Amino acid sequence: MYYTYAIAGLILLISYIINKQKTLKAVKIAVVKFKKIFPTFVTMLIFVSIILFLFPDEVISNYLGNSSKFISVLLASFIGSITLMPGFVAFPLSGILLTKGVPYMVLSAFTTTLMMVGIITFPLEKEFFGVKVTIIRNIISFFIALIVAVVTGILFGEIL
Amino acid sequence: MKKNVKLKIACISVYLLFLTVSFIFGYNPGKEIAFNLISFLLYMLKILPCAFILIGLFEVWVKKEVIEKNLGEESGIKGYVWVILLAGTIAGGLLVAFPVAYSLYNKGAKLSIVFTYIGAAAICRIPMTLYEASFVGIKFTAIRLLVSLPLVIITSILLGEYLTKRNYKMAEGK
Repeated sequence: MYYTYAIAGLILLISYIINKQKTLKAVKIAVVKFKKIFPTFVTMLIFVSIILFLFPDEVISNYLGNSSKFISVLLASFIGSITLMPGFVAFPLSGILLTKGVPYMVLSAFTTTLMMVGIITFPLEKEFFGVKVTIIRNIISFFIALIVAVVTGILFGEIL
Repeated sequence: MKKNVKLKIACISVYLLFLTVSFIFGYNPGKEIAFNLISFLLYMLKILPCAFILIGLFEVWVKKEVIEKNLGEESGIKGYVWVILLAGTIAGGLLVAFPVAYSLYNKGAKLSIVFTYIGAAAICRIPMTLYEASFVGIKFTAIRLLVSLPLVIITSILLGEYLTKRNYKMAEGK
């Protein structure tokens, strides 16, 4: 995570050396934009904190490990769509699920929806792109995740 | 003050009150929710200031003509390659991708490229992909990328065309 700060800091410094005015303007833009979107972030955070409470790791692995493959894929994409977790949490969790015998296709549905479909990020996304486009993009992403899951299942010999 | 702003403030107050009361009386679910909130807030505070600084610098330094030429209506296949590479190197997932995509759009990137950017930022950030492969195996990651990326590009082109026909414009001044 710290490399992002290093890179951003370095670029900011270079920019400052080249042109002081422009750099100050850039920082101003950053602050204004951040302020505008911050209330939406707060709303989102509140949703996240409640959703993660309702779906802790144990619940997720319980659901994904115990039913038929196809039901698991649907459950996985459902859970992936409504939860939001950073990659550094999601992938170790996937690794654990794998050792518990959860099929690859279920993991694929889970991680892909987790990354692409954001019901929790809806308030944020609609601020930029509007309600309709946000809904369309999320539905498309959901189906992409299902296709990816099916192909994963075929290539790992889990279906057919 | 608008009605829904008032409502929002009321909801947030109730939420915070619930967390505080949970701590006073040791109510575990409330405490857990509070811990979730704090850990996620810290995570976002690690990424977001950098992201917005970079967006600010982008707005100031990158000329509109450059984006129009490379990612705009006339950009062709190369535009998609550029935007996927760009998405691959930026951390933070969708949260960061939305404001960046919005800046790209305002600088003249075409819609299909903007949606490709969002999709690619979600699925193929390079550091995350390496991390993923180390937990679930390279074959899994490779299948996921090779199947989802073309689908993202195709659906982005279709969505872009559909919206352009309908004269879609993104919200202004965000």
